[in-house]
Amino acid sequence: MAPHTEQLTRPAVRLRGLTRSFEGRTVLDGVDLDLPAGQFTALLGHSGSGKSTLLRAIAGIDHGVAGSGTLTAPERVSVVFQDSRLLPWRRILPNVLLGLDGKDAGERGRAALAEVGLGGRERAWPSELSGGEQQRAALARSLVREPELLLADEPFGALDALTRIKMHALLRQLWERHRPSVLLVTHDVDEAIVLADRVLVLEDGRIGLDLTVDRDGPDAHRAYRGRLLKALGVSEDAP
Amino acid sequence: MTTTTTTKTTTTAPAPPATVEEEHQVRRRRRLSPGKRLPATRITGPLLVLALWAAASAAGQLDPGAIPAPWTVVETGIRLWTEGTLTDDVLTSLQRAGAGFAIGLTAGVVLALASGLSRIGEALIDGSVQLNRAVPTLGLIPLFILWLGIGETFKIAIIAIVVYIPIYLNTHAALSGIDHRFVELAEVQGLSRFAFVRQVVVPGALPGFFVGLRLGVTGSWLGLVVLEQINATSGLGYMMFQAQNYGQTDVILVGLVVYGLFGLVSDTAVRAIERRVLSWRRTLSS
Repeated sequence: MAPHTEQLTRPAVRLRGLTRSFEGRTVLDGVDLDLPAGQFTALLGHSGSGKSTLLRAIAGIDHGVAGSGTLTAPERVSVVFQDSRLLPWRRILPNVLLGLDGKDAGERGRAALAEVGLGGRERAWPSELSGGEQQRAALARSLVREPELLLADEPFGALDALTRIKMHALLRQLWERHRPSVLLVTHDVDEAIVLADRVLVLEDGRIGLDLTVDRDGPDAHRAYRGRLLKALGVSEDAP
Repeated sequence: MTTTTTTKTTTTAPAPPATVEEEHQVRRRRRLSPGKRLPATRITGPLLVLALWAAASAAGQLDPGAIPAPWTVVETGIRLWTEGTLTDDVLTSLQRAGAGFAIGLTAGVVLALASGLSRIGEALIDGSVQLNRAVPTLGLIPLFILWLGIGETFKIAIIAIVVYIPIYLNTHAALSGIDHRFVELAEVQGLSRFAFVRQVVVPGALPGFFVGLRLGVTGSWLGLVVLEQINATSGLGYMMFQAQNYGQTDVILVGLVVYGLFGLVSDTAVRAIERRVLSWRRTLSS
């Protein structure tokens, strides 16, 4: 366990004074953030609050966006998008292996598919899978690369409520097995509390609330929910 | 089940379920779509025309000098074939069209890739091709004859130009229309530039390429017909041109039938390749 504890002391992601702006409008205004290795973090915020901008900055895909600040992230980063983004002209296994080389790649891809419950569907076309299955395949594609950091941008936003519950369990289970650092961007307060050990609220371009979640206490979910909704400026009472 | 005792006493007991069923019976709506497809629909029309033609010829209603009977055309075709002149002309035409098509296809694809994948390429190529496209290619014939002489080279060059333009335009449009989300995915997955082109760009642009390919195939035949009619000393068009001078309508019709077969066979071949290569699309449309 020694390497594990050593990992915990060194942050996987470190942001200092991260600023990003679109056409003069500042979206991120000097964000300071450390994500310890192996931690499951959720990032909440209104639409347009800059959560996706932050995630895309960490992923290094925010080409042409003006900004400053320092940012360190691990070598192996995987991203899960809201849409599964499977290439429609590739069958499922080649989709999972996209960008992966090596002799044992096929074996690893099959194992990853089995892990997300898609064993035996290697030769299916993406259009033959249901929305939930497509997102499972996308999870397999991100896991097969054994990421140190998994970035997820509202990965379950397009799924129906029942499928979403199943996917929550799957993601949590996969995280417990592989222990990557996870940054889950979501607008769903319940999803954040159920999945993450730490919930951040992005507000006015900065981290407005940084909450460590301990789900063991009685009525803990409701208490966290109340605090987070308050931080987001949402009232549960009818106006 | 509850009526088992009452059925013995009352005869009306089994009746109610029947009337209930009638009440719930739904009358089908009037169908507005054309309905089921008739068998062999495509070929029915042409066969009917052929039958009318044959009947009118047999009845002596058609001037054989203007429209010879279908069997005369077949006889002439067989005669020309056995004499070897038709074979020669067909081979010459096929060579021209084939060479022009091959050059046009290669040029169209290479230019589309160069212009679709790099900004410098786009700046150099796209505008020039759009200009080239604005000039009717057949209008270049006089100039090309002066440049390249009246031999085979200028014919192949014209066919190549007719072919490359639709292939370039459609492939380039498909390349620049690649979904940006897939580009982002390729970046995230750490694909090399080559792997990105091979796994994302090319397969994504294939549907557009095939649209261009089919237009290009049609264009190659069109170019061929025009070139062989205006200045040639061999080939199908030459054969038809000579027949016109001697008033041999049957030979002209043989030439048209062969041109038609060229077009039909090549289009069917391209469609078969397209179905095979784009098999992933069938799952979308079904």
